[in-house]
Amino acid sequence: MSAVPERATDAVAAAHGVTKRFGGTVALDDVSLTVRPGEIHALVGRNGAGKSTLVALLTGLLAPDAGAVTFGGAPAPPVADREAWRRRVACVYQKSTVIPALSVAENVFLNRQDRRRAPLPLISWRSVRRRARELLRAWEVDVDVEQPVERLTVEQRQLVEIARALSHGSRFIILDEPTAQLDGQAIERLFQRMRALRDQGVTFLFISHHLEEVYEVCDIVTVLRDARHVVTAPAAELSRRDLVAAMTGAATGLIAAPVGRSTAAEAAAVAARAAVAPALRVGGLGLPGLFADVSFAVGRGEIVGLAGAGGSGKMALAECVVGLRRAEAGTVEIAGTRPRPGDVAAALGAGVGFVPQDRHRQGLVPALSIAENVTMTIPDRIGRYGFIAPRRRDALGARSIDDLAIKASGPAQPVAALSGGNQQKVVMARALAGDPKALVLLQPTAGVDVKAKETLLAAAEDAAGAGAGVLIVSDDLDDLRRCDRVVVMFKGAVVGERPRGWRDHDLIAAMEGIAT
Amino acid sequence: MSTDVRPAAPAIVRRAAGLRIARLRDLALVPAILGMMVVGWIVSPAFLHWTNLQNVLQQQSEVSLLVLAEALVLLTGRMDLSLESTFGLAPGIAAWLVLAPGVAHGLGWLPAGWAIPITLAVGLAIGLTNGLLIVRFGLNGFIVTLGMLIVLRGLLTGISGGKTFFNLPESMIYLGNAVWLGLPASIWICVILYAVAIVVTGYTRFGRSLYAIGGNADAARAAGIRVDRVLWTTLAVASLLAALGGLLLTGRLASVAAAQGSGAIFTVFAAAVIGGVSLSGGRGTIFGAFTGILLLYLIQNVLTLGGVPAQWIGALNGAIILVALIISRITSGQAQN
Repeated sequence: MSAVPERATDAVAAAHGVTKRFGGTVALDDVSLTVRPGEIHALVGRNGAGKSTLVALLTGLLAPDAGAVTFGGAPAPPVADREAWRRRVACVYQKSTVIPALSVAENVFLNRQDRRRAPLPLISWRSVRRRARELLRAWEVDVDVEQPVERLTVEQRQLVEIARALSHGSRFIILDEPTAQLDGQAIERLFQRMRALRDQGVTFLFISHHLEEVYEVCDIVTVLRDARHVVTAPAAELSRRDLVAAMTGAATGLIAAPVGRSTAAEAAAVAARAAVAPALRVGGLGLPGLFADVSFAVGRGEIVGLAGAGGSGKMALAECVVGLRRAEAGTVEIAGTRPRPGDVAAALGAGVGFVPQDRHRQGLVPALSIAENVTMTIPDRIGRYGFIAPRRRDALGARSIDDLAIKASGPAQPVAALSGGNQQKVVMARALAGDPKALVLLQPTAGVDVKAKETLLAAAEDAAGAGAGVLIVSDDLDDLRRCDRVVVMFKGAVVGERPRGWRDHDLIAAMEGIAT
Repeated sequence: MSTDVRPAAPAIVRRAAGLRIARLRDLALVPAILGMMVVGWIVSPAFLHWTNLQNVLQQQSEVSLLVLAEALVLLTGRMDLSLESTFGLAPGIAAWLVLAPGVAHGLGWLPAGWAIPITLAVGLAIGLTNGLLIVRFGLNGFIVTLGMLIVLRGLLTGISGGKTFFNLPESMIYLGNAVWLGLPASIWICVILYAVAIVVTGYTRFGRSLYAIGGNADAARAAGIRVDRVLWTTLAVASLLAALGGLLLTGRLASVAAAQGSGAIFTVFAAAVIGGVSLSGGRGTIFGAFTGILLLYLIQNVLTLGGVPAQWIGALNGAIILVALIISRITSGQAQN
């Protein structure tokens, strides 16, 4: 397939003692990394550990202040020579690097479209399409090359980006959190694909927050912490506990057995639940094509998980609950009241707080400050007659920073300057700002590190402790483990319920529609 | 695993439908144009007369060059409001430098033969100034070109003393009046430039890079496209086209009024958007933009033939733009943003 096996001893790519500073902060401090041919190499670390900077150095977007990057033993090309970099390494970022309105074929061969020789050097679309089709067939990507990229699923788009990288001649591919936006089945297919490509001589550097995934697909793990290299070891030889310890520098409770809340709080919650209307009740809710006749309730002080594979309709259901979508049948009841369906403002007014699925699109206004984002849903609490009292707003912002341990210079800092995990905390703070009666969390820990995850889930538990009903909709089993019970959906219908203490394989089997 | 097979079927159906829409969007206004011709024929049999249609084509040829220019700029995700002022100023400066002092505000510094080169050079210079401010200095394109619109209009008013340049040299009048092979030269120029632009935007790497930049500038840069250079070129070409359009109108009217082109930018934007060009960049075609301006002028012509009083034409024009937008929203099936 490529020339790699002949020089199997050489590293495909290596960083030798690289250091990078941005102003006063050291982003990378004397870090070395060796990626050998045909391996899937995991790069893990908490937000801010230096992963992104290392990727930027390895892809030539930045030049190191000290140390060097080599490919196959030879020094890296100059930063300006993009074409040379593209032949050596390719990165599939979380943020897509395709042009939505243009066709798949054109995206793959952008700025290198085939041209006729005579009479004019015009683009031959037929030849562009044919080559794109050949390329995608060679790498077994089943996508119509004529449709615009915006019509692809995230999964298909990633495969197209990988194929495009391979077409530049690169056999070393960096995947930057590729699973963050995929559902369980798509992740499994991506892993199969990665293994198949590895067998064909392609090397991967795989960045993920999900340690499960690291163990499932990676051969070698490298851990960064606080801009330094901590450890590199075969995944099989590194225990889960050691890996978490290497990432955080301390043991953490998340990976250990699920922690129950204190029995006193539990008892109080149960008592409260019995006395009044549930925080959230969904009755016979249906939206044709997505889900039908779904009913369940979340009591006050209760945490309920909603699980299901892609296509189970769980996201659409949750979006109906918070008013982002409008169900065509059934009712949503928040603490005894029925907000107007399909109306977010009415849902918020009735006492819903929610974390939307896509924080970049629906969760945050990046240019505004933390305080402004946090208080966005509660203007009436920070002023009167439509005016806003900045002091009260900033006080609320500062409280959120403390409550959720947001790493920021203060409530006035723009959200855009925060790392992903801290941005997600701001979204959570916004959901909590109105002291919601029903808290709905959609993928609340997607793309955040272990410690931030811990904080976010603890915040949800605190809200439940204060009497809110919490609904967690997530693909991440760690999120669901903390729920009092988990409602499972399959193909648009509720197929079961598991009390706390379920086993992974049992829940997954239920999500996949396999009766147990 | 059976799960791999399941999602494929609906995806294919959606795919086919999507493809059909994508191809049709280009021709979305063609039925509207044909419908307008039927209406025109009902309103007045004179409408379908070749001389009348030729008239419509000639009347829209000058503004259609502005539409072409704006469409190119819009494809890259930018805007250029100053085109309407360039449309007046470029031939205005040429007339000012060439005309003898006397009746009009001429300087008489240069011989008449320089008129056309100066017109085009002024257009180019304006485009490069826009590029300098927007691309090089990173200023907001909307505000920069709004400022340029006002400055350039003011310059034309200044050099002309608010009056009209007339008694123009033969060379400036030629293109707007000449007839080539039985058709007015301005129609030929318009059709040829549109044809060239359609080929360039559809079949050259440069042309496709306009779409790439408008769609996702970072991705375009990552693909090795020299984004800044393409933007400079596009802005320069756009102003050059505006100057040429101004020259054609000057020729047809044998004069340059201080207000030449004033207010035209609204029609230009409307035509581009009706024709399917997105204001946020990266979507639409040059052919679509052409059908947009053609439709607007056909409607105007029908109104005039129908005997609508001139005082009402303005209100009707605005209403027509809105209706045309609604129609193109329905036929294209896509939100315009």
